[in-house]
Amino acid sequence: MPLTVNGEPREFAGDPRVSLLDFLRRDCGLTGTKKGCDHGQCGACTVLVNGRRINSCLSLAVMHEGDEIVTIEGLGIPAAMHPLQAAFVKHDGYQCGYCTPGQICSAKALLDEAAAGWPSFVTRDLAGEVRLTREEIAERMSGNLCRCGAYPNIVDAIVEVLEGAR
Amino acid sequence: MRPFTYARADDVAAAVRMSRDGARPIAGGTNLLDLMKLEVEAPDRLVDVNRLPLAQIEPADGGLRIGALVTNSACAADMRIRRDYPVLARAILAGATFQLRNKATTGGNLCQRTRCYYFYNIDQPCNKRVPGSGCGAIGGFNRNHAILGTNELCIATYPGDMAVALCALDATVEIATPDGGGRRLPARDFHRLPGDRPAKDNVLEPGEVITAVTLPPPVGGIQLYRKVRDRASYAFALVSIAAVVRMGEGRIASASLAFGGLAHKPWHDPRIDRALVGNAPSDALFDHAADLLLEGARVWGSNDFKVPLARRTLKAVLREATVTAA
Repeated sequence: MPLTVNGEPREFAGDPRVSLLDFLRRDCGLTGTKKGCDHGQCGACTVLVNGRRINSCLSLAVMHEGDEIVTIEGLGIPAAMHPLQAAFVKHDGYQCGYCTPGQICSAKALLDEAAAGWPSFVTRDLAGEVRLTREEIAERMSGNLCRCGAYPNIVDAIVEVLEGAR
Repeated sequence: MRPFTYARADDVAAAVRMSRDGARPIAGGTNLLDLMKLEVEAPDRLVDVNRLPLAQIEPADGGLRIGALVTNSACAADMRIRRDYPVLARAILAGATFQLRNKATTGGNLCQRTRCYYFYNIDQPCNKRVPGSGCGAIGGFNRNHAILGTNELCIATYPGDMAVALCALDATVEIATPDGGGRRLPARDFHRLPGDRPAKDNVLEPGEVITAVTLPPPVGGIQLYRKVRDRASYAFALVSIAAVVRMGEGRIASASLAFGGLAHKPWHDPRIDRALVGNAPSDALFDHAADLLLEGARVWGSNDFKVPLARRTLKAVLREATVTAA
C-alpha cells in the first residue's frame, strides 16, 4: 500500500493495528514524531496529512493509502531549518523538547489554516477576517501540551514567523 | 489493541452490507481507536468508510446537506455555515482541537461515545460497556455525569457539542438502511436515553450507516453556543447550551434551545421553547424556563453543582440572546 512521507514514496504492508505514528517511527525510522499519551490528548504526535495537522496516534497507517505525510523531519533539518524551527530556538520555545516536533508541525498547520480563513473558538466575528492575536494562537495550539510550560515562548516564536511572513 | 480485519468500502451499499454483517464503520477514528486501544471497544472487523463520496456540503431544500464525511473542521470553516448557522460553527469550534476536528467527521461525531470514567476503565463495572455489570458512577465519582433522564442503570452523558447545535437547529439525520433504502429522522430523536439498554447510545441498527445531516432553511436570529467547562479550551462540557432566539416588538418571537452535558442525549424540551415565545424577556421568565429544564433533575453526589450551574448558564444565555436580538 503506497503513501508518501516527506516527499519519498513508502510502502505499508503491516498489521492493520499499526498506528500512523508507529509506522513513521518504527518502519520509517522517523523518530522526530513523538509518542506522548498515545490517546490524542497531548499532540506530541502531530503530523501533516495532505497539509492538515492530525494526531498520528489516532489514525491507522492502513487508512492512509496515497496520502502525503509530512513530519518534523520534512519541515526542516538542523542544517536547513524551517523558519518555525529557527524561531523556536531563538525564543526558547521548549525545555525538554519532547513536545516540540508536534508543536512545530501544529504551528505550521495553524499558519496555513489561518491563511485559509478558518475561524477558532475565540474568533469574535465568524463571518469576518481571521486575525492571529496571541489569544487566537493560544486557542489554536490548545491541542499541544507542553508540560515544561513553555507556552509564552511558543507563542512568541509563532508570532515572529507570522510577522516575518507579512 | 485486539486483532481485527480491515476492509475499505468503495460505495455506500458496500458499507451497509459490511456493517450489517458485523463490521464496525470507521471514519475519522479519533474516538473509536482511542477506545480500541483501551479495549473498551474490540470490534473484530472494521470497515473504512473514508473513501465514500460523502464529503460535500450542498444546498438542499433551502437549507444545507452536510455529507457524513465532512470533517468538523471543514464544516466549521464553511462560510455558509458560519453565516447562516453560526450556532453550529460555534459548537463545533468549542469541541476538541484542530488536530481532532481535522479527522472527526459529521457522522462519526454523532456516534461518539460517553466520557464516563467507568465506561473507559475496563476494570470497573459499567452497564454501557458490559450490560448487567452495574454502574460504577452511581456511588462513585460522577462529576461529569447526567442530571436529566437518568436511571439506576446509567448516568452517563452524551459528550459532544455539534449534536447539541444540530438539535437546536432541528436538523435531520439521513441514514442508509440494509434494505437498500434509507430513513430520515430528526437529530433530536437520534440519541436515546439509557432506558433498559444503556449500551445503546443512539437509534442506529446494525447495517445502518449515516450518510448526511441536513439543515433546514436558515432562521436567522441570535445564535449562541455557551459551553461551561473545567478548562478554557479542549475539555468536555459540564453544561452547554445552544440557543437560536428571534425577537419581535420587544417579545421573544421564537426560541429553540438544546442542552449538552446534562443527559445521555442532547437535551431538548419543547416546553421551554414554548414557554419563552410571546413573552417579554425577564428574570422571572428565564427562571421559569430553568424550572422547566430542571424539574426532573436528579443529582449523584459529585455533580450536584450542575443544577445551579445549568440554571445560571441558561439565564445568562437567554439574557445575552434577548439583549443582542432586541
